[in-house]
Amino acid sequence: MSRVLVFVEDDDGVVTETSLQALTMAATIGKVEAVSVGTSGMGGWQIEHAMLTDYAPAAIGEALAQLVGAEMPAAVMAAGTERGNEVMAHLGALLDLPLAANITRVVQSGEDWKLTRVRWGGSLLEECTLTAAVKLATVALHSVEAAPQGTASPITVFTPELTDAHIMTRVIERVTLTEGITLTTAPVVVSGGRGVGSPEGFGVLEELAGLIGGAVGCSRVVTNSGWRPHSDQVGQTGTRVAPNLYIACGISGAIQHWVGMMASKTVLAINTDAEAPMVTKADYAVIGDLHPILNAIVAEVKSRKGST
Amino acid sequence: MKTLVCVKRVPAPGARINLTPDEKAIDARHLSFTVSPHEECAVEEAIRLKEKHGGTVTVMTLGPADAEEQLRYALSVGADEAVLLATDGADWDPQATAAALTARIKEIEGSGAFDLILFGNESADSGGYQVGIRIAHALGRPVISGIKGLEVDDETVTARRETDSGSEVYRLSLPAVVAVKEGINLPRYPTLPGRLKAKKAEVISGPASASPGGLFMDRLFTPPEQKSVTNILGRGPEAAPAVVDLLEELGLM
Ligand SMILES: Cc1cc2nc3c(=O)[nH]c(=O)nc-3n(C[C@H](O)[C@H](O)[C@H](O)COP(=O)(O)OP(=O)(O)OC[C@H]3O[C@@H](n4cnc5c(N)ncnc54)[C@H](O)[C@@H]3O)c2cc1C
Ligand SMILES: Nc1ncnc2c1ncn2[C@@H]1O[C@H](COP(=O)(O)O)[C@@H](O)[C@H]1O
Repeated sequence: MSRVLVFVEDDDGVVTETSLQALTMAATIGKVEAVSVGTSGMGGWQIEHAMLTDYAPAAIGEALAQLVGAEMPAAVMAAGTERGNEVMAHLGALLDLPLAANITRVVQSGEDWKLTRVRWGGSLLEECTLTAAVKLATVALHSVEAAPQGTASPITVFTPELTDAHIMTRVIERVTLTEGITLTTAPVVVSGGRGVGSPEGFGVLEELAGLIGGAVGCSRVVTNSGWRPHSDQVGQTGTRVAPNLYIACGISGAIQHWVGMMASKTVLAINTDAEAPMVTKADYAVIGDLHPILNAIVAEVKSRKGST
Repeated sequence: MKTLVCVKRVPAPGARINLTPDEKAIDARHLSFTVSPHEECAVEEAIRLKEKHGGTVTVMTLGPADAEEQLRYALSVGADEAVLLATDGADWDPQATAAALTARIKEIEGSGAFDLILFGNESADSGGYQVGIRIAHALGRPVISGIKGLEVDDETVTARRETDSGSEVYRLSLPAVVAVKEGINLPRYPTLPGRLKAKKAEVISGPASASPGGLFMDRLFTPPEQKSVTNILGRGPEAAPAVVDLLEELGLM
């Protein structure tokens, strides 16, 4: 079977869930060898270099290029994370090889790979053919369920040759925020669109979110109007969320918004327009002006909480 | 400060995507066109750098002749120069796109290198996450992606990237390449004088040189919709008790 190197990422020495997904997809097409910078707990190739003290995409790309040159695998894969896509693009540029970003499926077809990959952040899919001496691909997040991995393979240390130029692009400072409930971790997201009408209009969304342990989200019209910071934006060019409940208030349901919240378990739409795509796609809906509706919901939540 | 921004013309689909009969493209007959929000922010960032440090902003696109519309938009908000690499309209793979843009950038840089070349983090339609990085390697310049904050001094660019737990800072020597994300700034709208100026401005147009890479699109398709029947809980504030019943059911109370 052909050898597939998988660049894996770790959290303090423990391989990440998305890298496990990449390993799982890679195992459907070849014999997998994990590659990590420092330890990932997976064994396999371990890239070590005195200058690699923190994340440095160009240097890691260069190290992978040298490893590919030495080992000539059939393919290199990674998770379609920010770092995975970045490191693989460096590798593709260095070796002048094509890179298929964010694939959801791969099958061998003669010398080629037939792939399905994500476009438009997930609202469109593409079937494509990858023709290359060494195939490069990243695996779209959550496109496969991570299979349990066996015992770790033995570690082989690989020491690349790196220069100052490779290492120039690296993390030189890190700022850690300790936030409470964030958009990505909240069990409920109370999200508002153009229909909220103004920055002040978000007051009642904040109040409801506060009462039920949720976070406030919004659409791009809202951030573009300067009503909320971009960190609140849900969608293709914002944050992806997957809460138990997504409450979409005055949001029409454009696909670029929908791809950001379609993984929500339950969707409740509040909208004046019963024909709005958000309403027709939602599990539950309330039709009408969102402000009196949200005020009534807040009052009802308070009274039930008060009576228990 | 000479800055170049690369943008890509894409259709702006609404609530659903319709495809052409050959399944090779989005049926855009009834759609307007735009660029990725990331790229809008790249244009805005370049204009802010010009306002702060002086210099010029050039915008460049590889696409059909109609992509002039997106270049004129950039001119209307403050870009100085626009360059179109004309194609027949078919989507080019990332290697071919990067090679054609690189060749044109090298020509233009005969009269002086760009201090900074800005890209969107990923194109809105194909989302390859790579054109900027390929061009940076071809030009031998440092590059960083996913940037939501930029500061430039005489010799370096300091760039901030957000992570799940906070942010990371990178510092690259100029000339450099940076791919930015929406949220780095709030783009301005064009003014009327801006629009008039852009209408009259010259767009430097020429053919793009094709050298296809190894990734070939066969067909597009939309993901299956898991259609659920919408349960209408009611109209107006009278629906509140039903909503709170739902919150209780979901264990959110
Ligand atoms: C490449 C690209 C990327 C994009 N990325 C994103 C993204 O990440 N996130 C995102 O959100 N968008 C994104 N967009 C924009 C997207 O296409 C839509 O323009 C946007 O989502 C619409 O926001 P909206 O639903 O708030 O506004 P609208 O579409 O204007 O909808 C407003 C809704 O509010 C309802 N309404 C009005 N008044 C009331 C009221 N009083 N009470 C109740 N309901 C009311 C209306 O019936 C309507 O349904 C992107 C677009 C492109 C081209
Ligand atoms: N056809 C194009 N013309 C100009 N710039 C492009 C083109 N395609 C991609 N880019 C730039 O490269 C970035 C990344 O594109 P991609 O690698 O396709 O995700 C985009 O955000 C643009 O800034």
